Order: sequence, then C-alpha cells, then structure tokens
Amino acid sequence: MSGKYKTPMLDELEKGPWPSFVTEIKKAAKKSDMAEDELGQLEKSYNTKRGYWKHGGIVGVLGYGGGVIGRYSSLPEEFPGVAHFHTVRVNQPSGFFYTTKALREICDIWDKYGSGLTNLHGSTGDLVLLGTKTENLEAVFAELSSRGWDLGGSGSAMRTPSCCVGMARCEWANIDTMDLCNELTQYYQDQLHRPAFPYKFKIKISGCACDCVAAIARADLSIIGTWKDSIQINQDEVRKYAEAGLDIQKEIVDMCPTQCMYYNPEDKTLKIADAECNRCMHCIAKMTKALRPGKEKGATLLVGSKAPIVVGSLLSWVIVPFMKLTPPYDDLKELIDKMIEWWDDNAKPRERIGELIEAKGMRAFLEAIGVPPMPQQVKEPRKDPFFFWAESDFKK
Amino acid sequence: MALPERKTDIGPPHYEQFLPPVIKKNYGKWLYHEVLSPGTMKHVAESGDEIYTVRVASPRLLSTDSIRDICEIADKYCDGYLRFTTRNNIEFLVSDKSKLDPLVKELKEKNYTIGGIGPRVSNIVHTQGWVHCHSACTDASGLVKSIMDELYEYFTEKELPNKVRLAVACCVNMCGAVHCSDIAIVAVHRKPPVVDDENVPKLCEIPTTVASCPTAAIRPNPKTKSIIINEERCMYCGNCFTVCPPISIHNPEEDGVAIVVGGKVSNLRSDPKFSKLAIPFFYNDPPRWPKVVQAVKNILETYAKHARKHERVGEWVERIGWERFFSLTGIEFTFQHIDDFTFARDTFRTSAAFKF
Repeated sequence: MSGKYKTPMLDELEKGPWPSFVTEIKKAAKKSDMAEDELGQLEKSYNTKRGYWKHGGIVGVLGYGGGVIGRYSSLPEEFPGVAHFHTVRVNQPSGFFYTTKALREICDIWDKYGSGLTNLHGSTGDLVLLGTKTENLEAVFAELSSRGWDLGGSGSAMRTPSCCVGMARCEWANIDTMDLCNELTQYYQDQLHRPAFPYKFKIKISGCACDCVAAIARADLSIIGTWKDSIQINQDEVRKYAEAGLDIQKEIVDMCPTQCMYYNPEDKTLKIADAECNRCMHCIAKMTKALRPGKEKGATLLVGSKAPIVVGSLLSWVIVPFMKLTPPYDDLKELIDKMIEWWDDNAKPRERIGELIEAKGMRAFLEAIGVPPMPQQVKEPRKDPFFFWAESDFKK
Repeated sequence: MALPERKTDIGPPHYEQFLPPVIKKNYGKWLYHEVLSPGTMKHVAESGDEIYTVRVASPRLLSTDSIRDICEIADKYCDGYLRFTTRNNIEFLVSDKSKLDPLVKELKEKNYTIGGIGPRVSNIVHTQGWVHCHSACTDASGLVKSIMDELYEYFTEKELPNKVRLAVACCVNMCGAVHCSDIAIVAVHRKPPVVDDENVPKLCEIPTTVASCPTAAIRPNPKTKSIIINEERCMYCGNCFTVCPPISIHNPEEDGVAIVVGGKVSNLRSDPKFSKLAIPFFYNDPPRWPKVVQAVKNILETYAKHARKHERVGEWVERIGWERFFSLTGIEFTFQHIDDFTFARDTFRTSAAFKF
C-alpha cells in the first residue's frame, strides 16, 4: 500500500548522511495506513509551511487523566488515517536501559494497535508511541500494563521523572539517580496519572554538576548530586596525566573558577584547598582517573526552572544546598510533599512553582517548607534598602 | 480476542532487570572512563571489570522495524542490552571486549552513524514540529536532519574546543532545554493572532483566556462575548492560542525561526546560563532551511576558530564580549537583540569599558 503519496519535499530529507526521520515514516507507512497518511500530511505541511494538527482533545484510558495526548488532524477527510493520531506516553525505565526482549514486545504491541512510529524518547523522558486511534487506547494499555509497563504523566500533573545514567555507568554519580527516580515515580503514581495540580510539575535527577539530564533548566525540582568533603586525589595518576602531555597548569588549575588548586610541576603533584572549591566538576571531568568526588555524598535541591512560557525562562534556584539521600528517601519525599502542597494551595491555574515563588516571595516558600535562609541560596544579597519585616523577626 | 487483564499504577518496570550483568555487579563502583574514539568509550570499575559503549545517532523518530534492527544488533554483540541517552542517541553496551570491533564494523557496514562522544556536536535535542504538534511553527525534524547533514563530521570525527549542544524547538513552549543550549533554534511568530469571534464564545473560557496573556493585551469584548487583542502589546507568545484554539497565532507567511546561542546546563567552570538571541529571524524554508543551516555552521566554526580549549560557546562569548561575538560572526545587530521584556534592565550595559 506504500506509495499513496508523492513526497518530493520529504524525499529531499532522505538524502545526506545523517539518519532520516522521513525514511522512518516511510518504513512504518509500508505497514500502516496511519503512518502513510502522516507522511502525506507532513508533505503538505512542507509545501504550505504550516501544521495540520488540532489541539488535543480529552482522550485517555479508564481511571487515568493523563498519559495519552489527544491529537486530531484538521484535515481528516484528506488524511483519514490520521483523523485520530494520539500519543501514548509510556513511562521509561530509569536511565533508559532496555533489553531487546522488552523493546520487541513494545514494538509488537505498537504494530498491532498503532502507527508503528515512536520517539525514543520524548523530551520529558517517556518512551513515546506516536499515533493511534481512540478505540485502540484501552487495548494498548491492557497489552502494555499486563506486561509490566505503565503510562507517564501529562497535563497538570506530576510528569514522568527522569534521571541521568548515574551509578549504573558513571564514576561521578554522587547519588543513586536511577533508584531515586524509580522510587519517586512509584511514590507519585497517583499524582502522575490523575492530574490535580495547578500545572505540570517535573522532577529531574542528575548525579553531579555536569547535569546530563539538564535538570537545572527544565525541572520544577532539580536534584543534582554533590559532595561536602574533599576531592579524592590519586597523585600517581596526576603524574601520569602530566607525563601524557596534559598541561595541568593551563587546562586545569588556570580554568578552576575558584582558583583553589595548586600544581607543582617539579614533583607533578596537585593540591586543592577544598574549603574554597565550589564543586563545579571541571577538574574531575578532565582528570577522571586522578580526581574523584569526595566521600560525603548527597544532593543539592533546586526549584523553579522552566521554559519561556510565559514570563520568561527560569533556571532552578538553590533551596537546599545539601541533603543526604538514602533509600527510602523519606526526608526528601516529605519536603517535596510540602513544596507541592504550598504550590497547590497558592497557585493560579497554569502557574508553575517558580513563577509562584516570584509572585509570593522566596521567604513565603522557604517558610512554608521549613527551610531556613542560607547564603548558598543567593548569588548576592539584595541591593536596595526595601525589605519586609515579619512579626516573628521582632522577637529577640 | 480477549485482551490481557489491565493493571493500573504499577509504574515503570524496575530498571534492574534491564542492566547488563557487568553493570549490576559494578553498580556504583565505577572508577574511571576513557574515550576511545568519537563514538566509543570504556568504563572501568574498581573490580577491574570493563564495559564498552558504542554511541550511534538516531533521528529520535523511529519505526518499530528500525527498533527491531537495532535489537538484532544488540542481541548479536551486547547480550540483548542497550540504552538510550538523554540526547536520543542509541548506546550499545558491550561486556565482551572481543565483540567491540566486530560491532563497530557491522554498524559501519549498515550505515549507522557512530559518534557524539567528547568535545563534539552531539545529537540535537528537538521537539515534534509539523510531524505531530498543534502549536509548531516550523518542523523540528527537518531542521535537525538538515543541520546534522551539514555538521556530520563534527559528530563523527572533528574535535571542537568543548562539547557543543544544539537544540531545536518548534515554538516558544520549548519542549527540551533549548533555552540553555550552546546553539539553538526556536521557531517564532511575528504577528498578533487572528480571533475567530464566532467560535471563541463557544469554545473558550473568557477569564482564563484574558489571564493567559503575559502582557495584558487581551480584554473581554462584551458585545461579541469574545475577546479583543491590543495588537501593540502582543509579543506573539501564543499562550492564548494554547488555552483558546479559535485564537489562531499561525501565520505561515510570517512565521519562522530565530537562533539563540551561549547557553549551558553544566556547572563546569562557570554557572549554567541561558542562551541569548543571535539572529532574530529566518523565514521557514523547507525542506532544508539552507540559510539557517549556514548560519549555525558559521557560529559553530567561528567558535571553533576562536575559543580556547574547554571553553563552551557561552564561556567564549563572555570572555570576548557580545560586541566581539557580533563582529567575529558578522551577524547584524538589530532592535530585536535589545531586551524589552522581563529581564531587560539586567541586560543594558552599565560600564564604559567595552570593545569596538
């Protein structure tokens, strides 16, 4: 059945060395009318420079308020195969690890009930199944959930938490990102599947300040691993780096943002004034055999980041400079619950927690969650002499 | 045919069942890693055990048949274990060193693109675009394909001063950390939306629609029971369209893309930063957006030529100053570059020390 549409515009995007998404859609179109009409509609978009998808409608599976994004073509008569073309968000396993058996199982289900198109993965982290009809949703869900898969979050809900590879394959992980991600995902199942929040709430977890999941830029709660004590130095390996040609003075010491390192070229040893180190990870990332994070490990909790909609992008702000994180993470869960409760009680519809903190003031937020003021929370203290006093501040 | 019994709120499968035995054994006990080539690395555990990773590009949009092809390779060389990265690459996890070279050989024979590790361009994080989104004003996948065809060797081979993280967002909702990328493309509208007065009262909640506007450009219209937009205040964010579909922000003739640069999320050396506006507008020019591709390449190669080793794009620009960024890249500076929104006052220069 392939070849229903001539696609000269999209065919251009099959040329060149980088793997082509058009080739993928064509592959799926050989088996699926849905994928074939997706191809036809996309070619039309390339000609007219506009999309033809309507706003999502409310579709889903019984008992869930999220996990499926309704998607309908605005040209259902021209492209009947994509009249409904809903997205199913499947909650990915922590760290995006799979066995081929598991992936094949999902592929078989998706070939049976969907377009055969996927995203590995969506921006939030879910394994995205792209395009199915309303009447197939329950079947897809039954097939997936009976095999141990569940849906991720969508709408005004807890969104699918995600994390970096962490301790599974990285020597820099200060926390067990994959375990924590799994634990929080399980803890918030109800909030994930039944949207009851003012807006979305995202949690992302990185094991160190390299922040491979971009937690600080796109999570309402960014959990970033760090340590408190001294960087572990292996002087033998320092010497080997020097002998292998690394210019330690120029590339490591001179690029240290706090200038807390001293390199002695005579005996090829490195010294670090750890109290002055801000744990940025530059030296460790460049000399991974010689330098390791300290042993007193935990995480920094930051809150509030989001994309520009609507009054501008935010990066997350430091709220708790250091917290030890060990299973079952009860302290952390309690704190997140408090954050969400304050937000839920105070936010307008579609107001993210970062925006609410700006509107109500950082003090209101910190007091609500029981975190004291600390210099680590600010880049600098306020400039102007206008500040509030609460009754409690007068009791000395 | 009867369906199996559905289960609810079980959450994702536990990750442990998907870990190769060598990872399970050495979990949390990795000692160091080495980048062996632009697409391969070796991790060594305290126990001396090793695991090899081969990173392969993916268009993110994958057909089930392609996933099965990938699975077949993972069965042959990786005992059936693989993973994906946060930037949508595929990682083959090789526990048996003797299988590494044969894997790489087969991947090359089958035209997979190996690379993206180390100081290079990694895969582009991107959004759905015209493929599947109602608010897209460009196609992310087409831009990504066009850019990566042009920058191919920066993924597979050529070194840069540091990593360069690219991103494409097909509207200002920015699903994916475009706002903190080294070089990123974001699609923008340039005209106020057109209001369908007949359908707004039927489909929209007026107070929510009014409240959705960040610049207070929307007020109710009691006569039509619809809304009126003060066009001078509109900055085309499209938030009203999101809450009220009959307010159409799409304008195929005047929509297009902007390029922003200098963002990062890592804390290495300098704080995470937002990307800033480099080029305010290009018309959508499918299927290959040649001017956008060339502009990205120009910024990348100007950075490659002038930055110091380990400097990210944003760190390089901060060292040389934005005025120098514009002169080195030859990019024209316009009124659009001067902020007049939320953070404007922090961006005006308050020093007499600058460059010509």
